[in-house]
Amino acid sequence: MNFKNLKLNLSNKNKDLIPQILTVLFLILIVIYFTINAQSNMGNRGISFGFGFLSQESSFDITFSLIDYDGSHTYARAFLVGLLNTILVSAIGIFFATILGVTIGIARLSQNYLVAKSAEWYVEIFRNIPLILQIFFWYFAALRALPLTVDSINFYDISFLNVKGWYVPKFVWTNFSIFIYSIIFAFILIYFLAKYAQNQREKYGKQIPTLYISILLIIGLPLLTFLIGGVSLSFEIPELTQLSKTVFVYRGGVSIIPELISLALALSMYTATFIAENVRAGILGVSKGQKEAAASIGLTKGQILKLVVMPQALRIIIPPTTNQYLNLTKNSSLAAAIAYPDIVLVFAGTALMQTGRAIEIISITMLTYLSLSLSISVFMNWYNKKMAIKEK
Amino acid sequence: MIKSIKTWILVGFASFLLVACGQSGGGAGSKKSKTLDNTKKAGFVKCGVSQGLPGFSNADEAGNWTGIDVDVCRAVAAAVLGDADKVKYTPLSAKERFTALTSGEIDVLARNTTWTLSRDADIGLTFVGVNFYDGQGFMVRKASGINSVNDFRDGISACTNTGTTTELNMRDFFNSKNIKYEPIAFEKADEVVQAYDAGRCDTYTTDKSGLAAQRTKLSNPNEHKVLPETISKEPLGPVVRQGDSVWEDIVRWSLNTMIEAEEYGVNSSNASSLKDSDNPAIKRLVGAEGELGAAFGLDNDWSLRIIEQVGNYGESYKKHIADTGILPNRGPNELWTKGGILYVPPAR
Repeated sequence: MNFKNLKLNLSNKNKDLIPQILTVLFLILIVIYFTINAQSNMGNRGISFGFGFLSQESSFDITFSLIDYDGSHTYARAFLVGLLNTILVSAIGIFFATILGVTIGIARLSQNYLVAKSAEWYVEIFRNIPLILQIFFWYFAALRALPLTVDSINFYDISFLNVKGWYVPKFVWTNFSIFIYSIIFAFILIYFLAKYAQNQREKYGKQIPTLYISILLIIGLPLLTFLIGGVSLSFEIPELTQLSKTVFVYRGGVSIIPELISLALALSMYTATFIAENVRAGILGVSKGQKEAAASIGLTKGQILKLVVMPQALRIIIPPTTNQYLNLTKNSSLAAAIAYPDIVLVFAGTALMQTGRAIEIISITMLTYLSLSLSISVFMNWYNKKMAIKEK
Repeated sequence: MIKSIKTWILVGFASFLLVACGQSGGGAGSKKSKTLDNTKKAGFVKCGVSQGLPGFSNADEAGNWTGIDVDVCRAVAAAVLGDADKVKYTPLSAKERFTALTSGEIDVLARNTTWTLSRDADIGLTFVGVNFYDGQGFMVRKASGINSVNDFRDGISACTNTGTTTELNMRDFFNSKNIKYEPIAFEKADEVVQAYDAGRCDTYTTDKSGLAAQRTKLSNPNEHKVLPETISKEPLGPVVRQGDSVWEDIVRWSLNTMIEAEEYGVNSSNASSLKDSDNPAIKRLVGAEGELGAAFGLDNDWSLRIIEQVGNYGESYKKHIADTGILPNRGPNELWTKGGILYVPPAR
């Protein structure tokens, strides 16, 4: 074979491509190398590799689970329980962190000296203390401060707060599905209402009070199902039961464990400080001229904030806030320290210990966090694109 | 340009092949004893211990480790290196301990670890013996009116450590009694103690020796008591990696020597004077008869050094467990000749 005739077509495009292909190949080789290395080392030490353990009985119980679970279920089910608990605490954390963060962020820009200074102090204190210490603080401070079960803090005889958790009434529904359908239906109506209102505004300059009609719909429709849809709701109120001389417990109702409360509290208070700064930066980032121009064409203060300032501020706020949502989700793995049964405690903790399958379990856990974070990213990127300037 | 890119590809593949081939020769072989050679070369025994459990493995302010688990590592160091102090301690959580051992970060795991079938057979570990027979129990507040496990009722909350056999035994126990319970599992023992102390849970369950040790950390130790029942077997013992049978034998017989020495009344103060004893079993123990050490590549005084530098099992127990007030009564950890279940194969 004559190599002189072998010619590569090196246009500029290919020149760029070849180093990239080489890099990718090199990365693949590294992964293969580490896999082979781990396999041979595990082989030498008599450790088997496999995911068969996932279908074995877990034989440990978990304090708090959103789905039906006990030790007779599989490790895969225990993984799911941990994952759902992680998602739950992250969702609660993100919800409250956003509300608190936006409030504090706006408060920092307040003309009122006291409000602005308090908000500033809040941010400076809570973002500068390591999160794990805040979690311990809220957990052990709460445990020490809350009364024992027998002297629970009583909210109107239907809800009780004590060291073992917060007990609230459980909703017992009949025809629950009709109720849910009515809510979905209300949302669909609101969607079309918003479309119609936008159309009217753009075509005839007519303002329709969308907000009030929406509130009426979302409350009114589900209420109607109680009157004519055969939906009814009763409450199962927690009841104090004595187990022994000084041991009491509430039975019935729903118990929200103190681990969840303190973890969600710590996560949202910590993350809120960063979101507050994002919000402040976003609002300050909209030039003063925009507000003045809006005022000059006769928009009200509320309209200026809603139609002129916020759409522009959001573009600055969303990308860094996405980072904070991701951080909060990943930080929820500190739950293990205070016995909140998240995926790290349940799966990368107990299940890892019982099975000894470190490599398998840690890889699954890492992949799970990766997918969780990527899902949040994808959603926030979609929202960001929606909010971005659409140049025509 | 073309040439240089081709060269790059060739070099890349060649280096990968080299690396891949170089790898396949590695790993712990079954030649003589790699662990023994490495330990002699390093000059210290790599020992994994707990993060602080009084009586078993606990560090004082100066960083000196003491306890009956620590004494197993000291015995191995005395046998192999001639000096019981040549040990490097690595404090490990329950979760980290087996990975640390299988990955070679430590060579002996002496960390109140329960010997179970799945641990022994499944994850590349070998248990060499038992240095403490324990069982799981419950601690409650004295005022609670609970005097036995039969007083537990539906809804009781129990605090424990995660990643231990305790979690599994607890479930077995409550299931067999048909009691619904709330399990609260913490990663570290200190947090279990704090949560129990604050009233988060009604009972604290772990190995009875652990309960006795942790009780001292409560704000009012006298307000708490350990229930009489034992709900599980917890044979605690040292662990080594699978696949190095010489090293396994060294650790096993270092522990056995301490127990056998107590049985024959050989202790740290009288060991050297017993070299001309009339009892051949004692003479073998102090290295005056037989060639026992040669079997695993050690000299003949290996067992004498263990007894002189670390002491026999009884001395170790008295110093770390009895005199510290953790468990004054030896219970099952007494010699078989005195009503306990400590029984080791003969050293001959």
